[in-house]
Amino acid sequence: MAIANEQPLVQVEDVSKHFGEGQTRVDALRHVTIDVYPGQVVALLGPSGSGKTTLLNVIGCILEPSSGRLSLDGEIVYDGRWLKSDLRRLRLEKIGFIFQTHNLLPFLDNTENVAVVLTLAGFDAVKARNRAVELLDYLEVGHRKHAMPAQLSGGEAQRVAIARALANRPRIILADEPTAALDSYRAGLVMDLLRKVALDQNAAIITVTHDEKIFDRFDRIFQLRDGALENKGTGQSKALLTA
Amino acid sequence: MNLAVRDIRHNLGRFLLTCLGLALLLGVVLSMIGIYRGLVFEALTLVRAPAIDLWVVEADTRGPFAEASRIPGDTREAVARISGVLEAGSITYQSIETMHADRKLRLYLIGYELGRLGGPGNLAEGRPIARSRFEIIADRSTGLRVGERLRLGRDAFEVVGLTAGQVSSGGDPVVFVTLRDSQKLQFDLAPPAARKELARGAAALSSDIVNTVVARVSPNVSPATVAEAVRRWKHLSALTQDEQETILSRSVIERARRQIGLFTSLLLTVSTVIIALIIYTLTIDKMREIATLKLIGAPDRTIIGLIVQQALAMGVIGFAFGTTLIVSIKDYFPRRVLLQPEDALALGIVVLIVCVLASGLGVRAALKVDPAAALGG
Repeated sequence: MAIANEQPLVQVEDVSKHFGEGQTRVDALRHVTIDVYPGQVVALLGPSGSGKTTLLNVIGCILEPSSGRLSLDGEIVYDGRWLKSDLRRLRLEKIGFIFQTHNLLPFLDNTENVAVVLTLAGFDAVKARNRAVELLDYLEVGHRKHAMPAQLSGGEAQRVAIARALANRPRIILADEPTAALDSYRAGLVMDLLRKVALDQNAAIITVTHDEKIFDRFDRIFQLRDGALENKGTGQSKALLTA
Repeated sequence: MNLAVRDIRHNLGRFLLTCLGLALLLGVVLSMIGIYRGLVFEALTLVRAPAIDLWVVEADTRGPFAEASRIPGDTREAVARISGVLEAGSITYQSIETMHADRKLRLYLIGYELGRLGGPGNLAEGRPIARSRFEIIADRSTGLRVGERLRLGRDAFEVVGLTAGQVSSGGDPVVFVTLRDSQKLQFDLAPPAARKELARGAAALSSDIVNTVVARVSPNVSPATVAEAVRRWKHLSALTQDEQETILSRSVIERARRQIGLFTSLLLTVSTVIIALIIYTLTIDKMREIATLKLIGAPDRTIIGLIVQQALAMGVIGFAFGTTLIVSIKDYFPRRVLLQPEDALALGIVVLIVCVLASGLGVRAALKVDPAAALGG
């Protein structure tokens, strides 16, 4: 994982975000700067209210920053204002989301849950389905492709959710406490899987987590407190990093 | 991949149950429209039955349906002699109540002159009245059968024929008797009262009174011209067929018509609110899924399509169920429910419009939902 010569996939530069004004002003993010490189699995860590979900929402183009600059996959998307008019399209093309609870659409079977992202991106139904089945096989839940989400175990559902996040081959994957609903064994499996995805697809994976049992699975851990970055601590893979 | 269809399939039982509720509501709306049409139809059935052009009634009245009208029985001869009149007939009308087979029977009795205008049209069963007394033709809705005997006043009448669909504006089944029988029923005093009147020296009253004289005029002559000629006699008024129909539909049944019309409007308004609430509730139930869809990049048109298509599907299925239901049971209503294809079509279009408008509330809520709502536990 030679990072030194690579462009960061996610570049957050001096980003601040506040809510309200005057006495009611709350600084959710204060001059945060982080870079995440291809193949990296990083964690956003911090107590409740520290700004980690706000930062994830900013990187996911869900929340507009108050100031700073944001680049995704080498493209500046925010610089004092959004530079892209269709942020949903941007999310569809560049970002995959994994949720705390799998958030699979309960009225679609597993294959359709994965294929829906491709259909939205304009793939024809057959191609979308084939790619969905391929992904489910890759994540070892191919045998459950016709099942409905309600029929899956927590681990299986999270794998299908990961398959959905990967469907469009995004290079940035944002995960919001993906292991919170899983026991430590399954949490470990999911993290192994995310690392495999990051390596296979040369993707950047940013995870919000409170889950201490998986701290050692991250390349880098960004500790947030009161909206500011506290340190750039690293996990077990720190030896691989040059940043 | 149609998300609306998938969601319906996933919650099929609940969706169909909702459609059934909507169907019952739309069925009530459609039946009210049918009752409204039936009311007008029944009112006009009576006035159209004689197939005539002119109604001659008592001066300064709008009889015989909107007001009481009494004119001498020989008026028919005078009217028949007016230039342009092809034929004329005397008619009496009265409401009557009797008992038959231990049940109360409310009837609208029409007396007419045999062989002249004003009698029943086509018979559904039996034969026309052939004798001058004590024979009756009844509508099927009375439940009477040919050959049965029915007591009216002091006399028993034999049912010789049956008509179909002949009812008064009040919904009472029509029966036909000879003019003489009807005059005796309507105008003759009971024997004790007659004896008392004679004892106090009153002159014998003539019962040769009719309520109206109807006339058919030559195709070359305007009924209005003949009506004008009749009005020159100070003791008579005349109404053309069109005027009589207007009086019936705009005066006699006006209150009932407006009542039903208003009730139908209220029902439509209630239906709109209920459809809006159903769609809104269904949308609120899916907020997390909608937030997820927005987060993974679904455009607004996908979200709107999901909600509007479900609303339209609900409207179409509810309308189809409701229409089928009312068509199946309309004949069991005590009064005529007249379902016309154009009314059903109009209601169908209104339902579709209502569904689209009602889904606006759900669409608004869905478009406002923050994609970030999909994040977190």
